[in-house]
Amino acid sequence: MVNLFIEFWHLTDPNVVWVLSGAILLGSSTGVLGSFLFFRKRSLIGDALAHAALPGVMSAFILFQTRDPFVILGGAIVSCFIGFFFIDYMVKHTKIKEDSALAIVLSLFFAIGIFELTYIQKLDIADKSGLDKILFGQAAALVQSDVIILGIAALLSLTIVVLFYDRLRLITLDRQFAQSLGINVPFYELLLTFAIVLSVVIGLQIFGVVLMAAALLFPVAAGRYWSDSLPCILMLCALFGAISGAASANISYLAPQMPTGPWMVVTLSLIFFISMCFAPNRGALMRYLRTTRNRNKTHDENLLRTFYVICERLSSYHESLAPEQVLSVRNMGTNALRKSIKRLLKHGMIERDNTLYRLTEKGLNEAEKITRYHRLWELYLTNRANIPAQMVHDSAENVEHVLTPELEHRISDELGTPVQDPHGRVIPSSDPFVGGIRS
Amino acid sequence: MTHELWILAIACLMGISCALVGALMVLRKMAMIGDALSHTVLLGLVLAFMITGSRSITVMFMGAILVGLITVFLTDFLNRMGKLQKDASIGIVFTFLFAVAVILISVYTGEIDIDQDHLLYGEIAFAPFDTIEWNGRDIGPRAFWMLLLVAIANLVFITVGYRYLQAIAFNASLAAALGMTVNLIHYALMTMVSLTTVSSFEAVGAILVVAMLVIPANTAYLISKSMYSMIILSVLFAIAASISGYYLAVWADASISAAIAMMAGFIFILVLVFFSPDSLLHRIKQSRPIQCP
Amino acid sequence: MNNPKLMQMAEKRKKTVLKVDSLTMHYHHKPVLSDVNFSIPEGKSVAIVGPNGAGKSTLLKGMMGLIPTASGKVSFFGEALKKKRLAVAYVPQREEIDWDFPINVFDVVLMGRYGKLSLFSRPNANDRAIVEQALEQVGMQEFSQRQISQLSGGQQQRVFLARALAQHASIYLMDEPFAGVDMATEKAIITLFRELQMAGKTIICVHHDLNTVPDYFDWALMVNARLIAAGPTEEVFTPDNLNKTYNGRLALLTEVTERLHKFG
Repeated sequence: MVNLFIEFWHLTDPNVVWVLSGAILLGSSTGVLGSFLFFRKRSLIGDALAHAALPGVMSAFILFQTRDPFVILGGAIVSCFIGFFFIDYMVKHTKIKEDSALAIVLSLFFAIGIFELTYIQKLDIADKSGLDKILFGQAAALVQSDVIILGIAALLSLTIVVLFYDRLRLITLDRQFAQSLGINVPFYELLLTFAIVLSVVIGLQIFGVVLMAAALLFPVAAGRYWSDSLPCILMLCALFGAISGAASANISYLAPQMPTGPWMVVTLSLIFFISMCFAPNRGALMRYLRTTRNRNKTHDENLLRTFYVICERLSSYHESLAPEQVLSVRNMGTNALRKSIKRLLKHGMIERDNTLYRLTEKGLNEAEKITRYHRLWELYLTNRANIPAQMVHDSAENVEHVLTPELEHRISDELGTPVQDPHGRVIPSSDPFVGGIRS
Repeated sequence: MTHELWILAIACLMGISCALVGALMVLRKMAMIGDALSHTVLLGLVLAFMITGSRSITVMFMGAILVGLITVFLTDFLNRMGKLQKDASIGIVFTFLFAVAVILISVYTGEIDIDQDHLLYGEIAFAPFDTIEWNGRDIGPRAFWMLLLVAIANLVFITVGYRYLQAIAFNASLAAALGMTVNLIHYALMTMVSLTTVSSFEAVGAILVVAMLVIPANTAYLISKSMYSMIILSVLFAIAASISGYYLAVWADASISAAIAMMAGFIFILVLVFFSPDSLLHRIKQSRPIQCP
Repeated sequence: MNNPKLMQMAEKRKKTVLKVDSLTMHYHHKPVLSDVNFSIPEGKSVAIVGPNGAGKSTLLKGMMGLIPTASGKVSFFGEALKKKRLAVAYVPQREEIDWDFPINVFDVVLMGRYGKLSLFSRPNANDRAIVEQALEQVGMQEFSQRQISQLSGGQQQRVFLARALAQHASIYLMDEPFAGVDMATEKAIITLFRELQMAGKTIICVHHDLNTVPDYFDWALMVNARLIAAGPTEEVFTPDNLNKTYNGRLALLTEVTERLHKFG
């Protein structure tokens, strides 16, 4: 097995090179075109279109009795378009809903295709074997002439995307706006549909009818986790599609009797799973880390503020406090308290005094800042948002952790640089020499 | 009972079961979820067989229900936690699970007697040979008994839960406002669909189950005036498709299940073009677009 | 009873049918409502007003438990909705309904009786009589066998009102009942409101037409991401409050709440 693997990647066998390039091109084009379906929330139509291509392939074979790729491709494209227009008709002109329209075309066209396939298998025609490979795909069955045609078709659909990128993007994101600008929306939609149908149809030989939808869907679903910018996502789609194409070609080489389609899906699933978990910002792992970091920040800042509040009552900021005193004012788990104290010590916000703790200069500044945020927000809510004074504390408890100096300035300006909060307490000023407990 | 009669009986029972739950799926706009479930149920079958080594009806039912619920759960999970849009969540979950099933089958081809292609469209012609025994007597094909059980179960489910199913299909927020546990009923329906799929599966394969779930029901949807009549009509259309499809397949010497689905489609198009209120014929007669009075 | 003081005391003694405490709601990760508090006394007709996207429908759905709330409490007659479901009728926006559904007018209204039926019981003659009565009250009895897909906007609205009536509820929550209806239907709905109020029912509507608020409603809830004012129309429906509701762009509030939500 390992030998075969290495042999494959030496790329000495010309057939390998052809199949590999074909698969890569196919993978990228379907990945890119699939994203346009994704952003219009119509990912499942890819599935319906893939199944709709089957009767075209079979009919072409029955009519022309040849496996010539042009003929097969042509048949597939025709039946795919018929399927597309049938869906469109049902949705626009009958009470049939979109999900049903998709399922009807998917299953009906597929049934017609299967009917023809089983009929063909009983006939005595040369060349009929291997037609069923189109159900699950078989990269290994590709020959050079196939690949050339597929490659050209793939390049064609990619070219359409590149040439008309701006229009297509606008139509995908805001169709009505595009229309209002006088853009010929139906024309571009038809063009896009043509490119999608083309990608679907050429992908069939490698990915198979049944699982083709995945080649359209997974790359963009994965790419979405990495970026917000459309060009970036499209490149990722091409990349992920190419990887899955290469992997499929590889696996088909290692085990020619195995269908390629399922392995394409497994490869893409892996990519998707990794993206979902580990992508920066959107990935699950990053979100988890961020949540933990924020929770710790909340605990630490709460602790600092509690120190400040107790000190304020005692009119002296150098008071050393025991953990029990803190707990009497703020409800905190003892475990959380312990961890918070450790973190604050580490950052030099508090210092030890035998068994007690007190604020450092740095800690005092920070505590004052948080308290300022808290009380400013309370004032904002009562003055501007008409919320009664007894209700503002809870909100401020949350908001104090998310304000920034810039936001603080805006709030302060809007309130006219106030001095007192709704409960009559002093709002520590940002200038350490005015107000507060140090004057 | 001759083989032909068994086949017809199995085909009709399958049509009935599928039409019953299919009508509800169509009204709830969940046709593609029905498609998803019919694919993932294969994985349930394969795993159940691999783990228990048995192909008994109970084992298969359990496998199907489990995977059906997992499908729905995973789709929801991707939607909620993965922040992925609904249509993509469905697509990802079911293609993945189905791909895994196909790989397992290819890899272990010797041990599992499900042929790759046949799992897509089944081979109902062989069903009469696959009989089961009870008390030492041969009582007929497996597929027949499975489908009979499921058809009865679906019937009971719909009869008892009719009000709830109707309320949830029509206006889920009213159902919730009236205190109906929408989630419970939803999962119950998904379970019935899984059971229906797995029992139809052996006879007609994955894709064609979808056809029978969706096409007769939509045919009825075009012309029904109540959910009750829609369900009855769905069943009738399904039976018509099953019987005519069988004879078509015999004449052409092709797949029976594919033929049944094709006939279902043919009946659908017939009704769409000639008999539905917004059909082409009607519109030409009126020579103006349909409007509300 | 012309003594204003006595009248005020009588008002105060009226029981609270709906009380909302510190309700906060998010929708698709955007903060929609913050810290809403109010109490509605019995027998009032209340309009919920505010600009588009201000959270009016969300407030209604949150009270009905149709959308999860981020925090806060809602009580009907002093108890959670679960215990008082049958006392509250909900009329959704017309655009949320699938008007292609195969069902006639009578059966839609009959659904209003479903809440009172247990698992195995079926609607009886009494239920059907109540449905007929509800249809008469809204003037739709001639259409009872008609498919809902064949109704006009105003007729559709009346059918939904009839369904709420058939529930024999004490509180009616309605989402834009006057949107897109003809004059005749509007008048019919107002007459219906008056009848309901005379019978001691409470009506709470999301309403979009400011001009008609003082004529149609006793009370107003003015909402724009938070509660601006709540109370009798004469008192709270003032130019000042209207200004705050429709022009008060609390950019800071929205921005901060959004940061808060991202912070988790």
